Amino acid sequence: MLRYLVQRLLVALPVLLGVTLLSYAIISLAPGDPVDLLIDPNMSAHDIEQMRIRLGLDKPWPVRYAKWLGELARGNLGYSYLTGRPVAERIAERVGPTLSLTLSAFLLTYLVAIPVGVIAATRQYSWIDYLTSFFALAGNSIPTFFLGLAMIYIFSLKLDLFPTGGSATLGGPGGWLDRLHHLVLPAVVLSTTGMGRTMRFVRSAMLEVTRQDFIRTAWAKGLSRRAVIYKHALRNALIPVVTLIGLELPTLIGGAVITESVFGWPGMGRLTIEAISQRDYPVIMALNLLTALMVLAGQLLTDLLYALVDPRIRYS
Amino acid sequence: MLLALPLGRREAEPEVPGRPDDATGARQVVRRFLRHRLAVLGLVILAALAVLALFGRQIAPHDPNAIIADVTTDAPSPGHPLGLDPVGRDNLSRLIDATRISLSVGVGSVAIYVTIGVILGAIAGYFGGWVDMVIMRLADVVLSFPTLMLILVVTAVVGPSFWNVILVLGLLGWPPVARLVRGEFLTLREREFTQAARALGARDSRIIFRHILPNASGPILVAATFGTAQAILVEAALSFLGLGVQPPQASWGNMLIAAQSLTVLEEKPWMWLPPGLMIFISVLAINFVGDGLRDALDPRLRR
Repeated sequence: MLRYLVQRLLVALPVLLGVTLLSYAIISLAPGDPVDLLIDPNMSAHDIEQMRIRLGLDKPWPVRYAKWLGELARGNLGYSYLTGRPVAERIAERVGPTLSLTLSAFLLTYLVAIPVGVIAATRQYSWIDYLTSFFALAGNSIPTFFLGLAMIYIFSLKLDLFPTGGSATLGGPGGWLDRLHHLVLPAVVLSTTGMGRTMRFVRSAMLEVTRQDFIRTAWAKGLSRRAVIYKHALRNALIPVVTLIGLELPTLIGGAVITESVFGWPGMGRLTIEAISQRDYPVIMALNLLTALMVLAGQLLTDLLYALVDPRIRYS
Repeated sequence: MLLALPLGRREAEPEVPGRPDDATGARQVVRRFLRHRLAVLGLVILAALAVLALFGRQIAPHDPNAIIADVTTDAPSPGHPLGLDPVGRDNLSRLIDATRISLSVGVGSVAIYVTIGVILGAIAGYFGGWVDMVIMRLADVVLSFPTLMLILVVTAVVGPSFWNVILVLGLLGWPPVARLVRGEFLTLREREFTQAARALGARDSRIIFRHILPNASGPILVAATFGTAQAILVEAALSFLGLGVQPPQASWGNMLIAAQSLTVLEEKPWMWLPPGLMIFISVLAINFVGDGLRDALDPRLRR
């Protein structure tokens, strides 16, 4: 197991390096100069040149990339072009909100999808089964931002049940209840796309398992319906579902960009949009690196979890 | 069937019987597809959208980019059934004009990445070895980004425009197709008909394009269909964030920008509800067709 882990980490390293190289190249080869957005019209050509040197933009991009990597190895993510503050500082305040949003969407997805998927499978071709099919297709087809806007329209503006945006009431008393209140709509919106897919996946995994011999044996030896479905079938059906977690992670992180923008949620997704419009390249680089890290870590975690839930799988 | 293969002759080849796209096979696929009621509905909706896309300029009651000055309200009125947008342009005409944009982005970007994905996947799966290794690691790198993040950064960097959206989606979308095609090739290259072709001295390119690829076309077609739906969603999201199709050119996504104002969202639903529903309906229709195609092309997957 340990050897497998080390092996996986060694494979992840070149992938991460490739990710950073690719994004650095794309950003650097782009037309347009980040300095253009920072200068004010009163600056002389000399001042602009000084600024370019200060930001390290006078050197060719492979040199800058090597320097960036060197700093990264020392734990330095660089400095924001815009504020001059360390990038890590700018990102740190955004990690918490994004994590709370994605994790709650993630939990919501599986808390709803697993029971509904099981019910749909045990009552195949019933109305609830058709409803999940429709929900899965619809969830997959509705644009996240449109769903978000529609939710704000119905639940915030018309019914006045939830706030229209933000992660806490400005100048309010705060507290976890207030934050939870703000979290509900964005978390529901973010989970919708994955929820339908997961439901269908749980359903087909259950259908597959319940056709196997050991389930027939369980029925034959007179076990209760409950024991057959939940103890024998569900446990085995959840094994492939675990792999889905790793696949859904990039979707969830990408979806967070849109959800955060619609709801004014102060997370990494919104920071991405801000950094992009400000051409704050060090921040974009760091965000790319972090999201790639999160995706890779999620995939690794999925594989390990896979071995945990299925004793037949041994990594060696 | 194998003996009928016209190997050795390079030009003017007759149709080989027994291929998956021959008449009886195709008829079976069509029959199975038509039995899928939602897929047929999806196809009908798609046909209607295609008409809107092709003849939008003739169908639209007004110039989509012209500012209407002679109306006092932007609310729906007999002359402007969907009202006017915040700038004062006719919403219905913009909605119709945007159909062409969204469908072109969907079809255009998918055409690009399916081509790239098929070529790279075929090379990786057919030749294996270090070529396979390099191509698949490259695919891993691209897949390690949350695709939307990468697309956002790249479109912002190259400058948001209709063509750039197609190009970026097209150039970054290939890894899942390459994986799929590689998987198909790994199994198909060991099958008897491939070995027979090789034994008869067929060149690699001929085996890849004439013998293996037609047999892998079903899953590729299904992936391309779902991919088109996905591309339309991504284009809408990009345009909504201001990083896609730029005004004054209307796109369903950038028509929804108006709804970022809470007053518009609350009091003027005619400005944002129709484009949102159009995205939803067209993506749903394409997904229905994709579902039907999948069931029709591979009955084993039917549940």
